[in-house]
Amino acid sequence: MSDTKLSLDFKGLLCPMPVVKLAKAIKEIQVGETLEAVATDPGVMADIPAWTRSTGHELVSLDKREDKTFKFVVKRVK
Amino acid sequence: MTEKKDKLTLVVLSGDLDKVMAAFIIATGAAAAGKEVVMFFTFWGLKAIQKDGMFTGKGLFGRMLGVMNRGGLNAIGPSRLNMGGMGRWMFKLMMKQKGVTQLPELRAAAIDLGVQMLPCQMSMDVMEISQEHFIPEAAQPVGVATMLEHASESGIQFFI
Repeated sequence: MSDTKLSLDFKGLLCPMPVVKLAKAIKEIQVGETLEAVATDPGVMADIPAWTRSTGHELVSLDKREDKTFKFVVKRVK
Repeated sequence: MTEKKDKLTLVVLSGDLDKVMAAFIIATGAAAAGKEVVMFFTFWGLKAIQKDGMFTGKGLFGRMLGVMNRGGLNAIGPSRLNMGGMGRWMFKLMMKQKGVTQLPELRAAAIDLGVQMLPCQMSMDVMEISQEHFIPEAAQPVGVATMLEHASESGIQFFI
């Protein structure tokens, strides 16, 4: 995605680190900008949507890919 | 009483590796979701905010307790199957192999996210543990009334 401001590597990270690192990273971009991350922990399929619901940020996409990694894009809303 | 859905209060009574780990995972997860997090450490839980390698106690019993009940994140073992420290070694190794974040890093993340860590004054008096035995990020000791005030303002409370 061309308008993504930040690309993060969460591979190998287990709970709670994906959301901990996501919370830090979201502060590094401006409101309206997006970041993307790739993770290997299947727990992100449930936890990233839960995190965006709790924080009010927008989950643009979340996909399980062929190589068993999970890619998600989050937009900073506030 | 003003309830804030986005505040969490945890009482950490246990000083076991597994339970302290659960407490810090909940605390960091909540703080990462933008919640205000208060952790109240009492009795065995005080070990989770003690510095490593420091003996506590003033009197005979207090010093005996300090030797048998070592504080600090590197000294604590799992609540089951510790087997004189073998369990601690095994669990730490297994968690490391799986890439699970270790306790010191987890506590550092909690500090980084602004989690407040309050020691219980009464437990400190009983166990002869003083502020100098704690990591510098530990707040000044408080009592039950302060903890309850935080809890009554919180949408979520945990007792571990």
